[in-house]
Amino acid sequence: MALLEVKDLKVRVEEREILHGLTLTVNEGEVHAIMGPNGSGKSTLSHVIAGKPGYEVTDGQILFKGEDLLEMSPDERAAKGVFLAFQYPVEIPGVATMTFLRTALNAQRKARGESEYSTPDFLKKVREVSKSLNIPQDMLKRGVNVGFSGGEKKRNEVLQMALFEPSLCILDEMDSGLDIDALRIAADGVNALRSPKRAMVVITHYQRLLNYIVPDVVHVMSKGRVVKSGGKELALELEASGYAQFEDAA
Amino acid sequence: MNVAVAKTGNGRAVSDLFASAEGRLPGSPDVIAVRREAFETYERLGLPHRRIEEWKYTDLRALVGEVLPLAAAPDAAALKRAAEAVKAHAIEGARKLVLVDGVFAADLSDTKALTAEVGFRTLREALEKDSGLLKTSSTDAVIALNAAMATDGVVLSIANGAQLSAPIQILHIATAASASSFTRSRVAIGKGARATIVESFVSAGAKAYQVNDAVIVTVGDGADVAHIRLMDDAADAANVSSHFVTVGANVKFNFFNMTTGAAVSRLQGFITLAGEGSELSANGVNLLQKTEHGDTTLVVDHAVPNCVSREIFRAVIDDRAHSVFQGRIIVRPDAQKTDGKMMTRALLLSDEAEADNKPELEIFADDVSCGHGATAGALDDSLLFYLKARGLPEKQAQALLIQAFVGEAIEQIADDVLREHVIGIAERWLERRS
Ligand SMILES: Nc1ncnc2c1ncn2[C@@H]1O[C@H](COP(=O)(O)OP(=O)(O)OP(=O)(O)O)[C@@H](O)[C@H]1O
Ligand SMILES: [Mg+2]
Repeated sequence: MALLEVKDLKVRVEEREILHGLTLTVNEGEVHAIMGPNGSGKSTLSHVIAGKPGYEVTDGQILFKGEDLLEMSPDERAAKGVFLAFQYPVEIPGVATMTFLRTALNAQRKARGESEYSTPDFLKKVREVSKSLNIPQDMLKRGVNVGFSGGEKKRNEVLQMALFEPSLCILDEMDSGLDIDALRIAADGVNALRSPKRAMVVITHYQRLLNYIVPDVVHVMSKGRVVKSGGKELALELEASGYAQFEDAA
Repeated sequence: MNVAVAKTGNGRAVSDLFASAEGRLPGSPDVIAVRREAFETYERLGLPHRRIEEWKYTDLRALVGEVLPLAAAPDAAALKRAAEAVKAHAIEGARKLVLVDGVFAADLSDTKALTAEVGFRTLREALEKDSGLLKTSSTDAVIALNAAMATDGVVLSIANGAQLSAPIQILHIATAASASSFTRSRVAIGKGARATIVESFVSAGAKAYQVNDAVIVTVGDGADVAHIRLMDDAADAANVSSHFVTVGANVKFNFFNMTTGAAVSRLQGFITLAGEGSELSANGVNLLQKTEHGDTTLVVDHAVPNCVSREIFRAVIDDRAHSVFQGRIIVRPDAQKTDGKMMTRALLLSDEAEADNKPELEIFADDVSCGHGATAGALDDSLLFYLKARGLPEKQAQALLIQAFVGEAIEQIADDVLREHVIGIAERWLERRS
């Protein structure tokens, strides 16, 4: 079943059109990779799906589980199961990571009409997940992402993903800034979340990540459109020949 | 009550305030003479207004207009309501001293639980002998008015070396609507003593009342003191409070003020570092909404060498509220090696919110390290979006960021129970946001 349907999406930022009619369908259980040159609109797409303000959708639609996503506030989208692992996670001084995680998880559960986690249950869950991601407990006492290294910030995004158990995970360049070991740990974390009910959209510049998180479909984005889609071999092709051949198509 | 409303700037009407209250004002004939003189000073000056430099941002004539008649002494029904408020606002484990509408309420207080190291009298009792309690070096009109009208207060003297494990909480409870209460307290802390004093201002259902409080604190050498003031008066009340603090040598003095209530308020603190080697940490938070006006004015006077002062002030201003912070650091000519810093930040939650910040350094010594910094701005949209993208609704996301913003000041409170109590008051303010 289609989980995410982006149809002929046109998006402007500050009077300039960035996405020029983008179409993308992601089914439950699938892993999609999106590759494309700098500035082609990959992060813009992920932000519009998550509901970041400042983007004007001038045409097209986004359906999530058949519902109009663009009508929902960002927190409603999160509660419905949309999760974006940010390319550049922000630092939030003064908000302890643990407090943030618990507040966010319980806000989502409340919005879905589920009961809040008790403190011991929550702590147990965080401990399990952070252990598997090699995140030390004392990191969780610090402000959200404050003083985290680039790699630690990315792992913190995967931690949240594992904790919130979203049905759609969008990973925007989760591999940037990760060393080889950290990449494997993070990718293992992502793979552990693969399930027949959950879909992933992996935005990356590098084929290497796709060796760890093997996609079902690879899309090439250029100048605000999906210009080619194919199997995982498409990523290898791109690695060998670059984007030049697609620039014209766009 | 059949008392004429006092008008400012109009001598005849103002006199009624004092004349009609005189029968209720405690004190020996000497004390009454001091009161009369103070009242004459007040009459001459009237309420402070914008042309008085220290009151430039808080024009009491415009904001308050008139001083309301003295509140009647609380009756049984008022005391019953006050008892409920005491229950709701008491700090766990604290020794409570309760003033209801400006009158000490023995039955609601824990005077019997005070240890022998804590000398206690009411102001009323103390004034039978001592008129000095009504005198300060200030020439401020509201302080003169306080000296003239103070009906009661607590007079505490903490013995040298006393190590008080329980905080002393002075609760000011308002039950009378459209009336004024005037209180004055003195806290003398002995050498080497350790004590925590908390002042809480709350309403037991009273509306549109006025509070004028003064506190005189002296801290002996080597003492370690936390002084916390929590002003959460009714949304249409006015509260003007003045602190005079004199700190001895090698003292650790940790002051914290939080304003979460009153339509018009001002805390003016005058802290003199009079002994070498002392460390002052003076911090404050203003949480203001609707059309509230909250003024925190701190004057830190480094009178001697080798003291450190640190001030962290945070204001969160919503709707059409107005926050004022005036921070003056004075370094006297021989106060060498003074280290004084002040950092203020304002968070504006609405386009119509207003923050005035007036830092002043008056430095007369040459070998010092002093500075101040200030910022003002809105909530960071990228942080808000991050939180919302993780499922927090707008208001909750804002609340988390606001708590983080004021956290740096609140964190200066060392005691866990007190800090949680303060955070609880801040959380209730957040819940009141429309
Ligand atoms: N807030 C903004 N204001 C102006 N232009 C913007 C804004 N956000 C994005 N753009 C522009 O939109 C285009 C697409 O940017 P986007 O970040 O989506 O690209 P990307 O494919 O994610 O690139 P990269 O691979 O470098 O991450 C760029 O030309 C960028 O400059
Ligand atoms: Mg990008």
